[in-house]
Amino acid sequence: MPEIKVTPLGAGQDVGRSCILVSIAGKNVMLDCGMHMGYNDDRRFPDFSYITQNGRLTDFLDCVIISHFHLDHCGALPYFSEMVGYDGPIYMTHPTKAICPILLEDYRKITVDKKGETNFFTSQMIKDCMKKVVAVHLHQTVQVDEELEIKAYYAGHVLGAAMFQIKVGCESVVYTGDYNMTPDRHLGAAWIDKCRPDLLISESTYATTIRDSKRCRERDFLKKVHETVERGGKVLIPVFALGRAQELCILLETFWERMNLKAPIYFSTGLTEKANHYYKLFITWTNQKIRKTFVQRNMFEFKHIKAFDRAFADNPGPMVVFATPGMLHAGQSLQIFRKWAGNEKNMVIMPGYCVQGTVGHKILSGQRKLEMEGRQILEVKMQVEYMSFSAHADAKGIMQLIRQAEPRNVLLVHGEAKKMEFLKQKIEQEFHVSCFMPANGETTTILTNPCIPVDISLGLLKRETAIGPLPDAKKPKLMHGTLLMKDNSFRLVSPEQALKELGLAEHQLRFTCRVHIQDPRKEHETVLRVYNHLKGILKDYSVQHLPDGSITVESILIQATAHSEDQGTKVLLVSWTYQDEELGSYLTSLLKKGLPQST
Amino acid sequence: MAAHLKKRVYEEFTKVVQQQHEELSTKKLRLTKPSKSAALHVDLCKATSPADALQYLLQFARKPVEVESVEGVVRILLEHYYKENDASVRLKIASLLGLLSKTAGFSPDCIMDDAINTLQNEKSHQVLAQLLDTLLVIGTKLPENPSVRMRLVEVACKHLTDSSHGVRNKCLQLIGCLGPVEKGVAKEAESQAAKDVQKIIGDHFNDQDPRVRTAAIKAMLQLHERGLKLQLAIYSQACKLLADDYEQVRSAAVQLIWVLSQLYPESIVPIPSSNEEIRLVDDAFGKICHMVSDGSWVVRVQAAKLLGSMQQVSSHFLEQTLDKKLMSDLRRKRTAHERAKELYSSGEFSSGRKWGDDAPKEEIDTGAVNLIESGACGAFVHGLEDEMYEVRIAAVEALCMLAQSSPSFAEKCLDFLVDMFNDEIEEVRLQSIHTMRKISNNITLREDQLDTVLAVLEDSSRDIREALHELLCCTNVSTKEGIHLALVELLKNLTKYPTDRESIWKCLKFLGSRHPTLVLPLVPELLSTHPFFDTPEPDMDDPAYIAVLVLIFNAAKSCPTMPALFSDHTFRHYAYLRDSLSHLVPPLRLPGRKLVSSAVSPSITPHEDPSQQFLHQSLERVYNFQHLDPQGIQELLEFTIRDLQRLGELQSELAGMADFTATYLQCQLLLIKALQEKLWNVAAPLYLKQNALASAAAKQILEETYKMEFMYSGVESRQVVIIHHMRLQAKALQLIVTARTTRGVEPLFGMCEKFLQEVDSFQRCFISELPHMQGSFVDKLLDLMPRLVTSKPSEVVKILQTTLRQSTFLHLPLPEQLHRATANIIEPTGESDNPLRFTSGLVVALDVDATLEHVQDPQGTVKVQVLYPDGQAQLIHPKPADFRNPGPGRHRLITQVYLSHTAWTEPCQIEVRLLLAYNSNKSKASTRIPKSTWSESLEALPPSENGIEGTIPFSKPVKVYIMPKPARR
Repeated sequence: MPEIKVTPLGAGQDVGRSCILVSIAGKNVMLDCGMHMGYNDDRRFPDFSYITQNGRLTDFLDCVIISHFHLDHCGALPYFSEMVGYDGPIYMTHPTKAICPILLEDYRKITVDKKGETNFFTSQMIKDCMKKVVAVHLHQTVQVDEELEIKAYYAGHVLGAAMFQIKVGCESVVYTGDYNMTPDRHLGAAWIDKCRPDLLISESTYATTIRDSKRCRERDFLKKVHETVERGGKVLIPVFALGRAQELCILLETFWERMNLKAPIYFSTGLTEKANHYYKLFITWTNQKIRKTFVQRNMFEFKHIKAFDRAFADNPGPMVVFATPGMLHAGQSLQIFRKWAGNEKNMVIMPGYCVQGTVGHKILSGQRKLEMEGRQILEVKMQVEYMSFSAHADAKGIMQLIRQAEPRNVLLVHGEAKKMEFLKQKIEQEFHVSCFMPANGETTTILTNPCIPVDISLGLLKRETAIGPLPDAKKPKLMHGTLLMKDNSFRLVSPEQALKELGLAEHQLRFTCRVHIQDPRKEHETVLRVYNHLKGILKDYSVQHLPDGSITVESILIQATAHSEDQGTKVLLVSWTYQDEELGSYLTSLLKKGLPQST
Repeated sequence: MAAHLKKRVYEEFTKVVQQQHEELSTKKLRLTKPSKSAALHVDLCKATSPADALQYLLQFARKPVEVESVEGVVRILLEHYYKENDASVRLKIASLLGLLSKTAGFSPDCIMDDAINTLQNEKSHQVLAQLLDTLLVIGTKLPENPSVRMRLVEVACKHLTDSSHGVRNKCLQLIGCLGPVEKGVAKEAESQAAKDVQKIIGDHFNDQDPRVRTAAIKAMLQLHERGLKLQLAIYSQACKLLADDYEQVRSAAVQLIWVLSQLYPESIVPIPSSNEEIRLVDDAFGKICHMVSDGSWVVRVQAAKLLGSMQQVSSHFLEQTLDKKLMSDLRRKRTAHERAKELYSSGEFSSGRKWGDDAPKEEIDTGAVNLIESGACGAFVHGLEDEMYEVRIAAVEALCMLAQSSPSFAEKCLDFLVDMFNDEIEEVRLQSIHTMRKISNNITLREDQLDTVLAVLEDSSRDIREALHELLCCTNVSTKEGIHLALVELLKNLTKYPTDRESIWKCLKFLGSRHPTLVLPLVPELLSTHPFFDTPEPDMDDPAYIAVLVLIFNAAKSCPTMPALFSDHTFRHYAYLRDSLSHLVPPLRLPGRKLVSSAVSPSITPHEDPSQQFLHQSLERVYNFQHLDPQGIQELLEFTIRDLQRLGELQSELAGMADFTATYLQCQLLLIKALQEKLWNVAAPLYLKQNALASAAAKQILEETYKMEFMYSGVESRQVVIIHHMRLQAKALQLIVTARTTRGVEPLFGMCEKFLQEVDSFQRCFISELPHMQGSFVDKLLDLMPRLVTSKPSEVVKILQTTLRQSTFLHLPLPEQLHRATANIIEPTGESDNPLRFTSGLVVALDVDATLEHVQDPQGTVKVQVLYPDGQAQLIHPKPADFRNPGPGRHRLITQVYLSHTAWTEPCQIEVRLLLAYNSNKSKASTRIPKSTWSESLEALPPSENGIEGTIPFSKPVKVYIMPKPARR
């Protein structure tokens, strides 16, 4: 039985360093190559030695696919390709290819320049690595080699995020990466067709959550910002440079536009500007509204949002500032926070989760007095708000995707084990498909039942379908032909051609059967009676009475002779070829019943 | 295509028979063209290759064929059809057959047999499909012939087994369009070996080709539309089709399920995998809800739209559509809506939100959570959050329809609708505001909801704001804080967008009259009165203050205790506002002001009658002036016109009527003045002066008559006759004047001719009205007609002059309702001192915003005119989409006008005004003309004479300061 093997090197019952190995029909594919944010030692990268101890990786892997540019999905890529050594193709979408190196470079800078680590990949390595990348378009079928093909679907999560279908012959696997089933202000919803893969590998970050409508969140957010700005306060929104930041920008930008507001909005510079540039370019990857209106105005060409300068923080009057990093642990956002924290008119909005120990976490948990470096006590008088904007599918979204794709098996990664357990149970219950959730390093084997394509000549197909009622695609149909297995290919051909190709002579197979009939009349009279009888019953067949005293029904021959001993018994000789078996046996049974009483 | 073809055919017809239009001559000229069929035959025989033949056929298809020769052409085509080997040519012939059988007036039953015969030997699937299409055309042309239809259906059934999807498609389409619908015929059909149509179509629900499956469902829907009652058994089949791989099929299946749910709402269907049973309409509702989260947006739109019209669904199911159980880490979470509600009911509204405020509460039983319900759960929640705005709009519409029929559902969906006010696409926002307005009778807004609604008042789009004002007009607010909030937000809106003034006042008027008891406790605060101190008197011209007063006065109308709270100046302001903004301020019964109140409030009812009476009396007086001397007549007319104009200003209801009559009398006055005998008898040298006066009068009368005809809505044919009559008199006057001033006879010939033609057409148009016009100009003229036709121009002029002088003044009957078209340019205001600067040679866009009242078909008639200081005028046709229709008889024009000019040295003013275009061809009279005579004479008369196009300015011009700067090099 053919099988698909899946081994997560990372992201198995865990979030971070996504890296999943899939072997399908003799092809080995690596899905994502991420780093883990929680570790600073060897554990931050997947254990590539699992793939091979001493051989070259290129020999073992047919290709690597990166789903999107987040570091937990692509962070280990330069290490993997340049330091461990992989020269095969790496596939990612165009936006991912554009933005990925920016983030990798940033990551490298922080690790090497700030933390002073050595033995880390260099800028050159990132560049070399990107040279191996093949960019793909949405819904473009890319032929990796003769048998392996991949296809990208829209995933919504961040700009350029994609789900990938990996297909060899009739077997296929879909890997979702991270995806979002509800559209947001700048990206659309994930979508896949009914591709019915053998296996769907889905993320399950929010396996046990069903989220509220995004409108309430957006409204709350806008209302808070608006109110603060109206009473002359300043709003600080700490963000990470890519992803949510753009969504919030669009949100505020359109709101400013709609409400004719004049207060300035600033975005801290650096990495973001480069990224915004790419957002402007990849309009086709955004949502309906942006795609439709970009002819008039590209939504990412912000009218109200300007670049931030350090000096602006002291400007009087209301303003809104987006500053990095998102958890208020260092950098510009912390600087601004310290300046503004003392005024109760101001507000800080945390749009995402904060790790324990950061200033963000402290203020969110209600701490009003913070100890800064140098024993300084900072009293926080400004309002602190929390808004969750996240772009992962919730439990309902995951179920919806499964319903759309109709897979035969589901495998969950990128989530916590306990939560997966719940979702797994739900999936099995609702869809009656088996669901797996392997831990890192654990191999899951899935048996498949691939269909085997057989070539058939058009002539034979037409001939066979012409017989009988109209073909119904939903039901199997019986066909006559000869199956030839030759040179690793299957062909269905007509018997004559098969004989010709194999150089065999044709043998005729005939069945003959004698039927005794009690009939005192003369032979030819009996024949005539039989003829009339058959003619009466077999209206759809050509029944002929030949001059030599025999009857043919299609190709079946019937002859009558008187019984040598008893003249009152006539012996009917029925003879047919094996192709006419059905009709022949029907005829004999008919004749065996005897002739009707003559009238 | 079909319509186009038909039109072409008609055009052709009118040319075939040409009749000379003069009534007297009985000679007819008949022009017939050489037979088309013969020409075609020759062409086709000449064709050497299939490509050639195809070219000939294509050329032939461009020209229409007259009815008589259709059959011949069909025969020729069929002949070639049998001979032709090339499939593409046969395909073209087949399609031509279809086109030809569509020819109006041609009955295709004679070619049906031939068409069916061609099917027998056809091998090409494409040609077969085309032939079936032709048969479909033939069948639809013969609706009264059931036997023909039966035959065609049988033919189609035979070809249903074809291997090509195209052929099967067409067959199903044919069966759907022509299949027997009545019960009796169906039974008869069974005896004729034709099986039940529904079954035949139903069998193809499982066809291998998705296109055929779609066609089968469509055919079924077609049968339903034609009145056949579909069988219940189809339901289960249709349900299976909902899971089809192809969106076309799913989309059609959703429709079919909807149809069945409307046909058999109360039937019981079992729920699979359980023993329970539910009503079919509920089941169907659940299934369609499920399709709202389909993969294809086309299906989603379809499903969301249909949900709205399923009103029989039980409320239990309906309310599930808004339900989405939230959870976080397997613990139940409350939605933001629920939290808002709770905050509100616990009385601590607007507490600052903490992190973890939405922290999940109780644990949920993992077994009880159903992630994908088969029911209707959360369908609207999904629909309203959809990626495509088409789906969202459809969902909002559906919500609206369902909420209108179920008050409890309306209450529940409120939160979601309010959320939609913040959609990113304006259309969706607008739609949801309109929806809310429609269901506002069933709902009362909570304070937090009102808060969200009011936040939208700051929207920069005027449409949104105005829609919101309309919504507030008919909303119920529950608390006095709500009213206060609304007022504050509206005033904020007013300061931000001063142009919204009128709309906001109107909104506050309704808000006040709906909630008098809620306004009462607010009054001291709103008027800022103080129990001990006198407060300064507010500025009476402040729009915000007026807004507050409008709210209070309207509330006071049904709250008699309120005026006690007013201070002195409030009463004075009331009197002022009651006079200046009478449409916004209701009459009040004020204590201690008996005089004012008695003068104002009871005056409404009896006031109308006297003014009506006055109008009629003054008209009566005028019509009896015959006995007066000319001087007296003139004076009387002048006085009456003055009276009428003043009346129109005073009494807005009668304004149209008064203006109309005043204009008419003005015309008459001008005519009388022009015809004064003294003038015509003076010596030749003085001609010039009187000539100028008379011709100016004639011109003005003409203009006024056009105004009368086209600027008023509600003008009936009786009035149109009088108007045309007046115009005729003016033309006669023109003729006389020209005759007197021009030398020589030659040009007069033409003019006389023209005038007589006009008299003639007048007679033809208004033949039925002539008896009412005893003693009028036309009446006398028609008596003299035989003499006029034969006499010389100079004589004609003489006759005209005497008739004109002797003719009586016609009585102008008044219609029930008469409104004058008016326009008011709101923007540009014309007050700005800052010139609009732009580089010369480039274009600047000027926003124009105007309200139009009583304009019929504004899209076609209203134009914008821009007058430059150099006399150059520019006429702009606004796009049809620029007109909005906020209420009956009212229109709103919001458009952009592009200005451009060469450089000026200093800024200067241009004038912008609105014009009403008219075309006398399309006058109201033309509908009354007997068709047969008209269509012929239409050909005869040159268009310039019939269709006088012109424009009437109907708005005050607005001056805009502009400054085209020279381009910088």
